[in-house]
Amino acid sequence: MTTGTETAVTTQVYRVYIKATPQAIWDAITQPEWTERYGYGGRVEYDLRPGGAYRAFATDEMKKARAEMGGGPVPDVIVDGEVLESDPPRKLVQTWRMLMDPQSEAEGFTRLTYEISETGPGVSKLTVVHELEGAPRLALFVGGEMESMGAGGGWSEVFSDLKTLLETGHGMRG
Amino acid sequence: MHRRIVPAQDLIWSNLRRPPGRTDLGRPPVSSGLTCDLVVTYLAPVTDDRVFKALADPTRRFLLDRLFERDGRTLSELESELDMTRFGVMKHLRVLEDASLVVTRRSGREKLHFLNPVPIRLIHDRWIDKYRERQVSALADLKTELEEEMA
Repeated sequence: MTTGTETAVTTQVYRVYIKATPQAIWDAITQPEWTERYGYGGRVEYDLRPGGAYRAFATDEMKKARAEMGGGPVPDVIVDGEVLESDPPRKLVQTWRMLMDPQSEAEGFTRLTYEISETGPGVSKLTVVHELEGAPRLALFVGGEMESMGAGGGWSEVFSDLKTLLETGHGMRG
Repeated sequence: MHRRIVPAQDLIWSNLRRPPGRTDLGRPPVSSGLTCDLVVTYLAPVTDDRVFKALADPTRRFLLDRLFERDGRTLSELESELDMTRFGVMKHLRVLEDASLVVTRRSGREKLHFLNPVPIRLIHDRWIDKYRERQVSALADLKTELEEEMA
């Protein structure tokens, strides 16, 4: 088996068509007032230039839920990374590391690519490629494999919710 | 990669997901009048119809299961698991791609096929949630239990 294929096995690809402009999708991914309205609801901070910092913050609900079940404290910053390429509103490449627990943190940085293109009048295609080599635990989490444990549905839930929010004005839970 | 193996210590993740009932402020809901729905029907390249049609065939469900087990496969790999011509497998993959259930990416000279779970998630949210997921899963549990007793 070639190295390329081995890498592919640990890569996850998501695609969703959304009745929205590429700019609206770009904003929904990169601006905190949007990111708190879908998916896990955490606010993000992006410095959108190569080498710029990326951080996603825990919500109060996450902290409360963890405290209620007697787990360790949730860190303020739950995901960090670095912007590698920013071509608004078409392409965003970044590194992505989960900081929710020591195991995920130890798996280190993964690579996340967002590609947005217009496929028709007012319809855009969002493709997300998450390269998860060396991060099996994170792969389970973002792949939605830990949903039955209350960890949420991972990227498919996030991008379904993003579509719902942009098309209807409301996320799935609000 | 076997995606289904989940270690027990992962229970620490419990309740990470956002609870229901949080209110959304800001943008008002878009009208779901007739005109709006027509626009969606004509312009959205992937509709529920295509996903249901793609899922209605056992060979295509088999291909999705193979990709669920191990993602990023070539046509040759997928073909080797089916008693079918290369052209036949290509046709099935094409239907899956049209429904966006499979997304292809180039890696060097190879074309790799990836399972895209988002359309299934959307159908889940639209259809399964709507018809009371809990009752359905209770029935599914009962079925499993009864079948185990009989075995």
